[in-house]
Amino acid sequence: MAFIELEDVVFSYPNGVTAVDGVSFSVEEGESVAIVGQNGAGKTTTVKMINGLLRPSSGRAVVNGIATTDRTAAATARDVGYVFQNPDDQIFNSTAFAEIEYGLKRQKIDADAARQRVEAAAEICGIRADLETNPYDLPLSIRKFVTIASVIAADTKVVILDEPTAGQDLVGLNRIAGIIGHLQQQGKIVITITHDMEFVAEHFQRVIVMANKRVVVDDLQGSVFRNPDVMREARLTPPVIAQALDRLGLDDVPLHVEEIAKRLAG
Amino acid sequence: MGAVTLENVSFAYEGAEEAKVLQGIDLDIRPGEFVSIIGANGSGKTTLCNAIRGFAPKFFKGEFAGRVLINGRDIADEEIGELAKEIGFVFQNPFTQMSGTARTVYDELAFGLGNLGLPRDEIIARVDEMVQLARLQDLVDRNPFQLSGGQQQRVALSSILVMAQDILVIDEPTSQLDPQSTDDVFELIERMKGQGRTIVLVEHKMEHVAAFSDRVVLMDAGRIVDVGTPREIFANPRTAAIGTRLPQALTIARQLEQVGIRFEVSPLTTDELVGQLEPRMVR
Repeated sequence: MAFIELEDVVFSYPNGVTAVDGVSFSVEEGESVAIVGQNGAGKTTTVKMINGLLRPSSGRAVVNGIATTDRTAAATARDVGYVFQNPDDQIFNSTAFAEIEYGLKRQKIDADAARQRVEAAAEICGIRADLETNPYDLPLSIRKFVTIASVIAADTKVVILDEPTAGQDLVGLNRIAGIIGHLQQQGKIVITITHDMEFVAEHFQRVIVMANKRVVVDDLQGSVFRNPDVMREARLTPPVIAQALDRLGLDDVPLHVEEIAKRLAG
Repeated sequence: MGAVTLENVSFAYEGAEEAKVLQGIDLDIRPGEFVSIIGANGSGKTTLCNAIRGFAPKFFKGEFAGRVLINGRDIADEEIGELAKEIGFVFQNPFTQMSGTARTVYDELAFGLGNLGLPRDEIIARVDEMVQLARLQDLVDRNPFQLSGGQQQRVALSSILVMAQDILVIDEPTSQLDPQSTDDVFELIERMKGQGRTIVLVEHKMEHVAAFSDRVVLMDAGRIVDVGTPREIFANPRTAAIGTRLPQALTIARQLEQVGIRFEVSPLTTDELVGQLEPRMVR
């Protein structure tokens, strides 16, 4: 059984609005997945069912062999860390250090070990110099790294990043790419929701496209970005590298710049 | 006379006077011009917007030097509320833009017009027009605080555009938006330009900056380091070196240049990239 199994999960809010309508996919240990699709497609609701923040109205979300309905949200969250789309939904401590340390204290990890983990996570996220700062005195784009560091420090098997690329400059994007690479190296499952197709093409082989509360396609990037029907249904634009390769008649090669270089005369 | 003129503007936040967030900014934006401000996070883009709107130093306290002129008048002499009639300001974070009192999206759009004391008929007409323009029909009865981040961002932008000011300062309007909604927002902003409005935009999506801007202002460490057409700015190697993204087509061209493939013109679009590569393909 895969580490994450979603079996025909549906989520409806108490007011009757359905946000996710029958989603199934699984993610194996060590796998990375990008989830893309329009606002309102059901991406965030889907991943919140993986980390136990939301429970399916029907169907099953099974993590580490246990259905999320068979244990507390806190227990599921020890397997699955979730970085909120809006950091301000997550942050409530008065220093970045306290914010990152908070979950560790709750797990009763001793102070020295906790400090080490906080500092290591801050290092990976490039915010060591900001640890004593109030998170709300940091720009939004840096605040996001505080919330990512909190989840990294918790050392969960699965890390879900909800739109980490939003509002990031080149430095921020490269830093996020570095964080994802680091987590992959550690054998973590990394699930990333993003609107940045260029970022997806560069960092994720497997891509799940959602539209209208369902999965439209779940495949390798080369197929996903070259399927005009899927792109149209999900109202997405393929990354420029995919568009360029297709227009140069290279519609069967991986989405790499080298593929162009190989076929150019000097 | 410029719509927005900054003369030797410097600013440092209170308590951090040694770290100037703006330094010696000179900028003249013509009426009807579409100017994008780019640069790494922390380079001063948002503070520059705040200075244009008068929030710095009137709301964000600190050491301010130089002059900001809006339609030729020094804003130091203006009430910040009065200025709102001439400049629309869309905040980076839509969550802070909302009035907090409106219970529906419709009321949110009507809120500012109500504050101006406009007659009810005119408010209804203008809100209805904005709803159509921004394609918010499905959201009008929803609570603004129960919308997704992307929906909130569209509502926040629309609630300013409906005010119909001559000058719009828009700080990262699409950071939470999916690609289609981003295109929709730029269509909306383009339409505002078509009505003769002056646009000052902060944006990280460089394909859109390249496609829509008359001029691009590049900032680094509180200074303007370059001003020019999108191609002038993006073609300059310094632009990427100081931490800003490039249009995807240019990023691809730069990678190809590293393996010895030359481009006569720095491509900013897929068309320009493919157009230069196609004749050189070995079949």
